[in-house]
Amino acid sequence: MSANHDRSNLLEVRGLTKIFGTLTACDHIDLNIAKGEIHALLGENGAGKSTLVKMLFGSLEPNSGEIFWDGKAVRITSPGVAKKLGIGMVFQHFSLFEALTAAENIALSLNDGSPISTIAAKARALSFSYGLPLDPDSLVGDLSVGERQRIEIIRCLLQTPQLIILDEPTSVLTPQEADKLFETLERLRSEGKSILYISHRLEEVKRICDSATVLRHGKVVGHCNPREETAASLARMMVGSEVKAVERAPAEGIETAPALLEIRGLTRKPATPFAIPLKNINLTVRAGEVIGIAGVAGNGQGEFFESVSGEVLQQDAGSVRIRGKDAGALSITGRRLMGAAFVPEERLGHGAAPRMKLSENLLLSRHATDGKAFVGSAGMVKNSAVYSAAQRIITAMDVRKSAPDPEAAALSGGNLQKFIVGRELDRKPSVMIVNQPTWGVDAGAAARIRQALIELARSGSAVLVISQDLDELFELSDAIAVMHNGELSAPLPIAEATFEKIGLLMGGAEPGHAEHSLEMA
Amino acid sequence: MDITVNILLTIATAATPLLIAAIGELVVERSGVLNLGVEGMMIMGAVGGFGAGYLTGSPWIGLLAAIIVGALFSLLFAVMTLSLATNQVATGLSLTLLGLGLSGMIGTSFVGQPGVRLPNLDIPGLSSIPVVGRLIFGQDPVFYISIALTAAVMWFLFRTRTGLTLRSIGDSHTSAHALGIKVIRYRYLAVIFGGACAGLAGGHLSLVYTPQWVENMSAGRGWIALALVVFASWRPWRVLAGAYIFGAVWIGQLHAQAFGIPVPSQFLSSLPYLATIVVLVLISRNKRLTMMNTPASLGQPFVPDR
Repeated sequence: MSANHDRSNLLEVRGLTKIFGTLTACDHIDLNIAKGEIHALLGENGAGKSTLVKMLFGSLEPNSGEIFWDGKAVRITSPGVAKKLGIGMVFQHFSLFEALTAAENIALSLNDGSPISTIAAKARALSFSYGLPLDPDSLVGDLSVGERQRIEIIRCLLQTPQLIILDEPTSVLTPQEADKLFETLERLRSEGKSILYISHRLEEVKRICDSATVLRHGKVVGHCNPREETAASLARMMVGSEVKAVERAPAEGIETAPALLEIRGLTRKPATPFAIPLKNINLTVRAGEVIGIAGVAGNGQGEFFESVSGEVLQQDAGSVRIRGKDAGALSITGRRLMGAAFVPEERLGHGAAPRMKLSENLLLSRHATDGKAFVGSAGMVKNSAVYSAAQRIITAMDVRKSAPDPEAAALSGGNLQKFIVGRELDRKPSVMIVNQPTWGVDAGAAARIRQALIELARSGSAVLVISQDLDELFELSDAIAVMHNGELSAPLPIAEATFEKIGLLMGGAEPGHAEHSLEMA
Repeated sequence: MDITVNILLTIATAATPLLIAAIGELVVERSGVLNLGVEGMMIMGAVGGFGAGYLTGSPWIGLLAAIIVGALFSLLFAVMTLSLATNQVATGLSLTLLGLGLSGMIGTSFVGQPGVRLPNLDIPGLSSIPVVGRLIFGQDPVFYISIALTAAVMWFLFRTRTGLTLRSIGDSHTSAHALGIKVIRYRYLAVIFGGACAGLAGGHLSLVYTPQWVENMSAGRGWIALALVVFASWRPWRVLAGAYIFGAVWIGQLHAQAFGIPVPSQFLSSLPYLATIVVLVLISRNKRLTMMNTPASLGQPFVPDR
């Protein structure tokens, strides 16, 4: 078995398998990472990428399979063992402690007993030499997501690893921050280190990776050189079929269309010390158009959605107006009754009650707006009417499920999201506000959801989409505004918007934020 | 003058068990575990300490027994909540109920028996200095332990790497686990430390405060200790301040009642609680600081996926 172990491979994985209950998350995975290469691990959400790297970093134990490090068989039983071998990891959902300083966070993973001040000095020096400026004394809770990622990277580099695993590192970065990260990665490669780069963004994989392993449904479907592939051929490998492109007919006569959603001087104080205050936000969404809100996660999008949807009421009733009427003091139900619909970011626990059936979830969000159809005399629920409406949505959005009316938690993320969006679309709302419409959704379902949102707008509704995914916003929107540090830029018509312009705005390049943009550049 | 000194001494005696139990619980909660069983562990420590002291005649052996009984009793909680991942609130409450019942049963033969008392410190010469002599050099040994313990916990939490690790687990056990920190092991040790402290506090009650065994003699002190930890926003010196404010107002209202002040006694009895809460809320007005010191993963069971 170990006859043909090529010493030029830093890491070899043979037949690695991980089974959770009835789900085989990783099914006989083979993977080779050469010394000094950037190796991409491609796959859709749920393809098994995160499970695989957790096994490589020792946080999960494989059911079967072998791992060879530098030609020798190893068992990685804990993150400690992985670190000793020389494997470092930058997590997708950061493993940082918000209530501690950057230096303390770094010290926790080094466990070499040197005083915090020494570690802080080392971290500062290293961060400047890689052009990733970092203040070791700042509290993590106060930092932006991009800055937090720097801490993770510096923490990883201080352990002088031979292999660095990065899990979806650019999903939280502005395009400019991502460029900076790529420079760092290229420099690390030139120093002879290997990098396992996990992503579903094909363009950046083509740009920086030397080789790629593609996963689908827990299985390896191919090894390739991404530079010789096209984005379309990589997408085909990932998805297993052609993905239908989203079509967006040009919007006409928007300027004169009635404003269905108006946000005027929306201001909100931070609810918790680490929350973002909203500062005088103004935005108008007219009938027939889709406005996108871009921004790095944690710049106030969540707070903004809560204020607009009515989860948090405003002092000034006129700060949110729906179809020309003040709605700022109304609850979610009140705003729904005015014709608005909302899809929050979290599917389970926020958008849907996990342990309730789809039909029950439908009733939960529409009992007021569809009271006549769903609730009969004496407040009795008309179960059959709710059930048939749920089936109508399931058919319209092509929701794939295992039972006629399953619990929400039994659906995959993509299918549940299709149902939640479909539940609101089914009402034909005149104002639709969606936060992260396709986060963690497979490409097929994402295309379906985006197409449905565009169609809703073109039929005369106002659609507002908050997303971290720039590709998505460029596909959907007629204009893109950028949220940074609780402030919203003026919407940029899609014809004038470029990745670079939006990226600069995401980094805070606006009057009053000049120093921040310099630091980034 | 003597009256003042006497009052100050009784305040210290009233505050000491609260301080010890609260400091122990503070360490437990800083690791992210909420043990509502303080009252139960305390009363078990009291009965264990009294029993061992009564049977051997040595208050020191009694004190040691109180610590061991408290630690062993907390081990029960640790196994349930950490290894079996039961609900911490429910388990803590049942630990208190179990402790109250069990101690009553164990203690039936101790009721009315004369106990042994830990002697006060007496340093010839120093202890007889007027006023400060008795305050500084003439108190019971547990008083000195409580002060040393507070200082040691403060140093441990904020000056040592192990303390930092403990705090990090309280902030996010999933992040700690991802870094390879042994979350469950740290939490076991923290819970046992908290149990030992609660036991020691109970031992103080039955070996120093009132050297005898009375059923339910902890009289809600465990709950006060728990509240002190929260209102002190998980910071040791504030726990110390809170315990002494409580002790001072409590002794004060006792004297006020004895003097026959025309205020309903129920109101006077509630004063220590009110005063402690008001003062501690006032000093933790800084939301940001409170947030930083609140263990974010408090009370959440941790089950590592493997």
